[in-house]
Amino acid sequence: MITLAQLLTLSGILFSLAIAGVFLNRKNVILLLMCVELLLLAANFNFIAFSRYLSDINGQVFVFFILTVAAAESAIGLAILVVLFRERRSINVEDLNTLKG
Amino acid sequence: MLIEALFYVFGAVLIAAALAVISTRNPVYSALALVMCFLTSAAIWLLIEAEFLAVVLVLVYVGAVMVLFLFVVMMLDVDLAELRQGFTRFAWLGWLTALAVIVEIVGVVWARGGLGIDAGRGATPTAASYSNTLELGRVLYTRYAYPFELAAMLLLVAIVAAIALTMRRRPGLKKQDVSRQVAVRRADRLRIVQMDAEKRP
Repeated sequence: MITLAQLLTLSGILFSLAIAGVFLNRKNVILLLMCVELLLLAANFNFIAFSRYLSDINGQVFVFFILTVAAAESAIGLAILVVLFRERRSINVEDLNTLKG
Repeated sequence: MLIEALFYVFGAVLIAAALAVISTRNPVYSALALVMCFLTSAAIWLLIEAEFLAVVLVLVYVGAVMVLFLFVVMMLDVDLAELRQGFTRFAWLGWLTALAVIVEIVGVVWARGGLGIDAGRGATPTAASYSNTLELGRVLYTRYAYPFELAAMLLLVAIVAAIALTMRRRPGLKKQDVSRQVAVRRADRLRIVQMDAEKRP
């Protein structure tokens, strides 16, 4: 029987690997987007685990909405990435220094 | 037990694929490893009886989002060597943060009563006639009807925004203008010239 603690540990490991990925690939925008997807996946894991083990379906509805928003986010993110590459011929984060605030 | 063994196998594959995502040299391999992550996650979600979301994850993520990622990765001509430069500079900080997060989460989860509920128990078994999709649909179309519509609206806005961002008009591009082609008259193209016939020498 899979216990709640096992699932939460797995999602914790996934989450921390994604955080490490943000640090490692801090120059490459595509990989940063992929790491954000991994973070969202780990969060979804927690939602589903708690929803299952507390017998409450609302958590799974929330995962449904997170999946929707994440799909929209990656579509917009990749569109911005394509426009960025067209303008700069580069997807390096360090080249994104025009907008000074 | 079979389910637990499957959980460990899929969990190991998931972690290995996540490691591959963050550490391979080629973004194409990263994208493919991310596909593997989503597939194994869907398998684990099936094991804990979240069938509908597992299928949605495969359809939406593996079928649409990751294909989009692969398109973009392969379309952009990226200088990888430059992006890899300084890869290991903050690696220690990354691994340290990851380790800290793991230790914290594992500590909270496995501490006795850390979550306020008994984390060591299995889920309540559901009846054989239980349908995850039916239950999800039952609340999604009643209690969450407005959020559901909002999510649909959000997707529409995202489509419009993505198309508006990436559409461009190239100057000097030669293409057909159908309405002008249809509207053309004989007088615009054809000129009849009157001239004398040449005399035979």
